[in-house]
Amino acid sequence: MLDIRSISKTFNPGTVNAKKALSGLSLHLDAGDFVTIIGSNGAGKSTLFNAIAGVFYVDEGTILLDGQNLTFLPEYQRSRMIGRLFQDPLKGTAPGMTIEENLALAYLRSTKGSAPFARISKRDKALFRERLSLLHMGLEDRMKQPVGLLSGGQRQALTLLMATLVPPRLLLLDEHTAALDPATAEKVLELTKTIVAKQKITCLMITHNMKQALELGNRTLMMADGNIVLDVGGEERKNMSVEQLLRRFKEGAGHELDNDRILLS
Amino acid sequence: MLYILQTALELGFLYALIPMALFLSFRILNIADMTTDGCFVLGAAVSVTMAASGHPFLAVPAAMFAGICAGFVTAFLQTRLGVPSILAGIVTNMGLYTINLMVMDWSANVSLLKDDTIFSLFRETGIGGQWYEALLAGFITVLAGVLLVLFLGTRLGLSIRATGDNIDMVRASSINPTFTITVGLCISNSLTALSGAMVGQYQNTADINGGTGIVVIGLACLIIGETVLGRRSVLKGAVAAVVGSIIYRFIYAIVLYTKIMPVQGLRLATAVIVALAIAFPTIKNWAAFQKRKMAARQKGGR
Repeated sequence: MLDIRSISKTFNPGTVNAKKALSGLSLHLDAGDFVTIIGSNGAGKSTLFNAIAGVFYVDEGTILLDGQNLTFLPEYQRSRMIGRLFQDPLKGTAPGMTIEENLALAYLRSTKGSAPFARISKRDKALFRERLSLLHMGLEDRMKQPVGLLSGGQRQALTLLMATLVPPRLLLLDEHTAALDPATAEKVLELTKTIVAKQKITCLMITHNMKQALELGNRTLMMADGNIVLDVGGEERKNMSVEQLLRRFKEGAGHELDNDRILLS
Repeated sequence: MLYILQTALELGFLYALIPMALFLSFRILNIADMTTDGCFVLGAAVSVTMAASGHPFLAVPAAMFAGICAGFVTAFLQTRLGVPSILAGIVTNMGLYTINLMVMDWSANVSLLKDDTIFSLFRETGIGGQWYEALLAGFITVLAGVLLVLFLGTRLGLSIRATGDNIDMVRASSINPTFTITVGLCISNSLTALSGAMVGQYQNTADINGGTGIVVIGLACLIIGETVLGRRSVLKGAVAAVVGSIIYRFIYAIVLYTKIMPVQGLRLATAVIVALAIAFPTIKNWAAFQKRKMAARQKGGR
């Protein structure tokens, strides 16, 4: 599925601010994996996502998705295969455009640039309506309203819907519930679980909630200093407590997990 | 009065495509495109030169194509070569000065003496009586406006709108912003050049300095229109461009006719209108803040 082979990235090379954000990181995901990622501040979690999504090109190493080499593919071409949600719920939608228009943009991914002059058809609208109703937020009756009028939680739910409207091969979730209030965060997380399970999407999720990291998905990675220091799955993970996880992290990284937003329970 | 109205309608329609082009570049794409001044003259120069050689109709698409090229250069500079967007427009504008002179065979102006223009040929059909110029300009402008609004509802059009609305989202959703910015600027500059093409044939002349300040006037028209109609949807924006242009030319005609102030003074007035309209939110915030400060001071018992 996803095959990352010893990728490295240094920001501001050759200056006093040089920062090795990824150092020889390798990772393999199987189809259908739902992997949670935790790590200290500046461990390289978001940098890893940016490298996979193509926000920048890596200095060394290769990134393969289903055997296709993505290493030198620009971001907009990768985003045909990779869906992405950010922590900031405002980042994933265009506020000045209507819900319907936003969904139509997300739907473009399915058609690969063909028929650039086609308009939103009745069939598209019916599809959008049906998908929106699955969110149980009443958005299906507000399709002509600009997205800027929605709340952060509604916008994040819409972004999730847009990212999975055409099932991506890989879904990257970068603390996508962290900026929402607890009740909304719970709801968006439930939606995520449902959609990911239903469409069998391979998924990587960064979280700062230790318990969530162990409960969700089938595998947990811990990152430190631009590399993966701990990779647990299967039976071992099922029986693991947060305390054990933290101890294992310290053994792997050589220091305590240091994240100012960490939630232990 | 009727004469003023007629002039306002004629000029309003003729110049309306400039605020419409700015609606696309400035409002939708969120780019201040400074190519406008030179591009307008380019349209006029191509149009008049071709009309002078006996092709008044072919002159219009040719001028639009020239505008597309100008827009492409600006877009190329900012998307591929990393030139800041305002500077990219200014650089293209500078280069266009020479290009425009070249088009007009190195003279500062070209005139149509007895050559046919789209307007003179349209008059011969007898449609519209003495309002024929306003009618033809209005038809072309409204047609271009309708096509623009329809286009902005298509997939490509939506992508262009999203690029100006949230570029982060565009990058993450399989749209190439380089492509959408390029298409957007090519279209907006083709509209500017179309306006130049019509104005050139209307005035029977193209002048190398005919476009100076036209971008500010265009913005003023757009802002006037948006003040009257509000700025919610794409359709409203396009209509606002036309309505604003007509209102602006109406004021212009009244000033010209009544001589309440020298016509040259209108440029200063236009500049002030644009600066104030764009500064309005900041001024409003400042006033509200001062009011709060005053209230807090009074409460403090001093």
